[in-house]
Amino acid sequence: MKDFAYLRASSCDEATTEALEPATRFLGGGTNLLDLMKLGIETPARLLDVNRLDLGVIEELDGGLRIGATVRNSDLAADPRVRRSYPVLSRALLAGASGQLRNMATTAGNLLQRTRCPYFYDTDMACNKRTPGAGCSAIGGFTRYHAILGASDACIATHPSDMAVAMAALEAVVEIEAPGGARRHVHLADFHRLPGDTPHIETCLEPGDLITAVILPAPAGERQIYRKIRDRASYAFALVSVAAVVRMEEGRIATARLAFGGLAHKPWRDAEVEACLEGEPPSDDLFDRAADRLLQRAWGQGENDFKIPLTRRILTAALREATGGMA
Amino acid sequence: MKTTLTINGEPREIEAEARVTLLDALRHEIGLTGTKKGCDHGQCGACTVIVDGRRINSCLTLLCTQEGAEVVTVEGLGEPGRLSALQEAFLAQDGFQCGYCTPGQICSATAMIEEAAKGWPSWVSESLEGEAVLSREEISERMSGNLCRCACYPNIVDAIAKVAEARMAEAAE
Amino acid sequence: MTAHLVFDEPDKRNRLDAMAQEVVGRPIDRSEGALKVSGRAVYAAEQATSLWSEKRAECLYGVFVRATVPLGRVASLASGEARAVPGVLEVLQDPRLVRHPAQGMARKSPPQDLSEVTYFGQPLALVVAESFEAAREAARLVRVEYETSAEAELDPAQAPSELPEKKQSAQGDLEAALREAAVSLDASYSTPSMAAAAMEPHAALAWWEGDRVTLCGAYQMVSQNAEELADALGIAPGKVRVLSPFIGGGFGSKLGIAPEAVAAAVAARTLGRPVMVTLARQQEFEIAHRRSETGQRVRLALDADGRLTGIGHEARVSNLAGESFSEPVQQATHFTYRGENRQIRHEVARVNLTCAGSVRAPGEAVGVTIFEMALDELAEKAGLDPLELRLRNIPEEDPETDKPFTSHMLAEALRDGADRFGWSDRRAPGERRQGEWLLGMGMASAVRVNMLHKARVRVTLTGEGARVESSMTDIGTGTYTILTQIVAEMLGLAPDRVRTILGDTDLPEGSGSGGSIGAASNGSAAFLACEEIRRQIAAQMGCPEEELTLKDGRATCGNRTRDLAELVTEPLSAEGHFEPGKALKGVRSSTWGAHFAEVAVNEITGEVRVRRMLGVFAAGRILNEKTARSQCLGGMTFGIGMALMEEMVHDRRFGQVVSRDLANYHIPAHADVPALEVHFLEERDSYGGTLQAKGIGELGICGSGAAVINAIHNACGVRVRDLPATPDKVLEGLCALGR
Repeated sequence: MKDFAYLRASSCDEATTEALEPATRFLGGGTNLLDLMKLGIETPARLLDVNRLDLGVIEELDGGLRIGATVRNSDLAADPRVRRSYPVLSRALLAGASGQLRNMATTAGNLLQRTRCPYFYDTDMACNKRTPGAGCSAIGGFTRYHAILGASDACIATHPSDMAVAMAALEAVVEIEAPGGARRHVHLADFHRLPGDTPHIETCLEPGDLITAVILPAPAGERQIYRKIRDRASYAFALVSVAAVVRMEEGRIATARLAFGGLAHKPWRDAEVEACLEGEPPSDDLFDRAADRLLQRAWGQGENDFKIPLTRRILTAALREATGGMA
Repeated sequence: MKTTLTINGEPREIEAEARVTLLDALRHEIGLTGTKKGCDHGQCGACTVIVDGRRINSCLTLLCTQEGAEVVTVEGLGEPGRLSALQEAFLAQDGFQCGYCTPGQICSATAMIEEAAKGWPSWVSESLEGEAVLSREEISERMSGNLCRCACYPNIVDAIAKVAEARMAEAAE
Repeated sequence: MTAHLVFDEPDKRNRLDAMAQEVVGRPIDRSEGALKVSGRAVYAAEQATSLWSEKRAECLYGVFVRATVPLGRVASLASGEARAVPGVLEVLQDPRLVRHPAQGMARKSPPQDLSEVTYFGQPLALVVAESFEAAREAARLVRVEYETSAEAELDPAQAPSELPEKKQSAQGDLEAALREAAVSLDASYSTPSMAAAAMEPHAALAWWEGDRVTLCGAYQMVSQNAEELADALGIAPGKVRVLSPFIGGGFGSKLGIAPEAVAAAVAARTLGRPVMVTLARQQEFEIAHRRSETGQRVRLALDADGRLTGIGHEARVSNLAGESFSEPVQQATHFTYRGENRQIRHEVARVNLTCAGSVRAPGEAVGVTIFEMALDELAEKAGLDPLELRLRNIPEEDPETDKPFTSHMLAEALRDGADRFGWSDRRAPGERRQGEWLLGMGMASAVRVNMLHKARVRVTLTGEGARVESSMTDIGTGTYTILTQIVAEMLGLAPDRVRTILGDTDLPEGSGSGGSIGAASNGSAAFLACEEIRRQIAAQMGCPEEELTLKDGRATCGNRTRDLAELVTEPLSAEGHFEPGKALKGVRSSTWGAHFAEVAVNEITGEVRVRRMLGVFAAGRILNEKTARSQCLGGMTFGIGMALMEEMVHDRRFGQVVSRDLANYHIPAHADVPALEVHFLEERDSYGGTLQAKGIGELGICGSGAAVINAIHNACGVRVRDLPATPDKVLEGLCALGR
């Protein structure tokens, strides 16, 4: 990989200021960044190690949890509070990667990981993410793993995270510190962007911005389900995954938060789908209508067309389970 | 740049470019070639080492980030004539053929047993809370980050189950 | 002293059974095992650190520049930017460098001249630098321009093809048999390209001393590889030494000399320093031989008694132009089942994709698998138990040549397996369920042709113990251990008194590892050497060799017993030289077995999980039950991979490998593999060299995937004809069935 200067940040303030220098990247667990640097996809001139900042703590906050940016995926999955109150998050984390990678990968790094599109991963293939305007060589190529929702003519990549899907369903909030110290909060659903004409811009982060934490709101007694379909039993990215966080009241769906992985450039949520479920008694008919809404604008590339019926089926299965019926 | 750390109990000071991974440093700079490079991208687990008690992929770890770390490699777990319990079990159960993924499997399993002892659940755990019992299915899931193309998986699971059982019995006493 | 045997007659003596030490066959631990589990076994890329510890700083690192077109000529290669990277010494272009690996046993160089590009990913030049990172960085900075005159052929289904005359065959009238059949089948199937994906990527370290080059490489057949390297370099074979004491898996991908070896040798010569070249995992997928994709059509005619009267097996495979290797898909179709009307058609498409070559059990791995899937369909159509269909169609002799079988264990394996597995509990599709999961059972026969190869092994006995030496390799197969056992048995020594040294071309020429030839061929040579040493001891003891008993370091003749330590004052050494001869000319030799699998299919998602699997195998004498079992576990798991997930994808527009890493090319992980069961049938095959043994390294993959696919059908009623059976394909079938 291209050589770089290695710096260790000693405070968030220093980190955000230093990060304003061109070609500077934060280094967390490194599991994706180093992977990309070895292939010449990322070529930072400076790596700013944020692992020694005081961001590795999970603390209780307003009945919810504030998860530090450098909390490792394995520690988050094993945290007793997460296991008890946010099982969908534990499950999603445990569905991802491997024991070793989870020991390294950080909360913020997981959110910021980049697509596994094999055309993005090959610098000899055209990719609008790597080189804006270069074109997308995935379109018309091998598209088994690509998006069926929210894609554009410029990019059909998917976001690979499991963790982010669960966090989206939990209505998590990303805490961001900007250079100068100002902190702001962004809903996870608004954190990642759809590709549009600018697939190289993947999140709402501005230059110098540092993710400091992810905040989970207090649980409200929801039933939480995470399902993931993949090409082997473990250690594989999702073809499709779903996180369902559902609260029932007197036989009716009071709230339904659904997020999907493997379908789009970001963890996919659809307010219309959730609205059509809320207030209704659960039934296969209702779930079908929800799936219709979810998939009304779904658009396959051929090889990934199967994701449409597959999504319908696991949505139904997850909803049956979450609403108390048997799967 | 200079990195000071402990490897297999020995303090070390290594001078290397920032871009050198822990894996390449172990293999080329220190001469500890037991840790293997299978994919260099965290997709096979052959490079697994134990850092501060946790199993990690050394291929995706920069040496320079490991200032002050305590690294244990397969060489540090045991040597011929003085093998660790897991190394002995792998030998007895034929938990390897070509041997290339083996150091990673053994380092991974060594730390994995401790993860389970702490009660960490896995994707296949029925319940997320309570104790972690290392059934075959649990061991297989937890070890899935270590690929073995010779596919000695059933033997590896046998070896780990044997040692894990002894470890759990020890903890219970 | 050389003990030479040309194997003209079967060896029915079963001499090993008469020996007293009783170590052959026993499941003893691997003799090199402690080195492997402690990380002390030294593989190719590590030789720089271990052999050269004092000179480590001298070693240079080479990384290949990659072709980014599938066909063309290099018009220009600009290396200025690469050379400007600190530490870079050379961007090597040399007419001796090779485009892709040699085929197994080629004994000559693969195509040279890298300016001609024949596939995407082909090496074009080697960047050599003081550090690996500098070389990797610089390799990305080499700018290449190409001239293209012809359109590349990137679709194996559409590319122009050849029908090699020797690979076609026909007897009787298949069309008529199909017309007259009580039940017939005509179905088309496909398997994708697959990768060996050994855990150790190709690696080579070369250095020169005068006009001699030493190469530490990851190679399966070092004696042949030395000749291939010498041919590429244009030097005498005697000037090349290849060392491969430990190889991190091969599965065919390390049979022939490969680009990294030639490049390391040329660069080391040019720069006067040791050079190490390793392939990145991505290059491993692009450069190492792939298993060809196959398109197969199987036609079967069955009479009213459930007997096959006609067999047609067509295959379309692919390779680069000029390559004589083509995946021998129908190798076992010729003789596995009866049927007087037979037709084999073998078509080879010429493409500009990664060179195709041998990957574990070339031919049977995909040929038997598809054929056994077709038989399952035929059994269903005929209303026959699939097991019964096979049992009714086992031929008495080779149905094409009338040659007798050296042994035939298929029926026994099928029956034994069915009993052990509980085959009689099999139900109709959809009848067994656990929650979302539908359960089913499938089975298949296992067949793999058996071969022997010439081999030399030297054995030296001293008062301390014995040393065994050969250029034979151990790629994880257990060669170190079984040679140790054979010699310990023959010379009456505890195994820890025998030291086996392999993988060095300075030693007598072994067969190399490939085609399951290793154990029987080199084991026979070791046996011959030991027989000679036994004769020398017997002479000293004053009795015929047959009456000599060697056990626990003591020689006994009649009532006289002496310690070998006092008897053997001067080392006794003999070289065993085994050569296949006429014995195998008039017979058909094969290994046999049966696979049984139980799978669960998720009715909602189409995911498949193997719940349990049994393999029953017969391969002559089993030399070490433990290592043989592990070989079978590996083969069966390759079958799980082939059935459920393995697929090497080339982009049809540009020709590059899309699935070029272990995240995109899925091989089975721990969680995909349950506790597999392996059972061996006791057998002595007098045509299996002097040991009555046959190869076991490949049998496990032959048909195992079919057992899984057939079990999917039994679970849920879905037939997948295009491997692998990924969730999308099973789901499509479930939807079509209205599930």
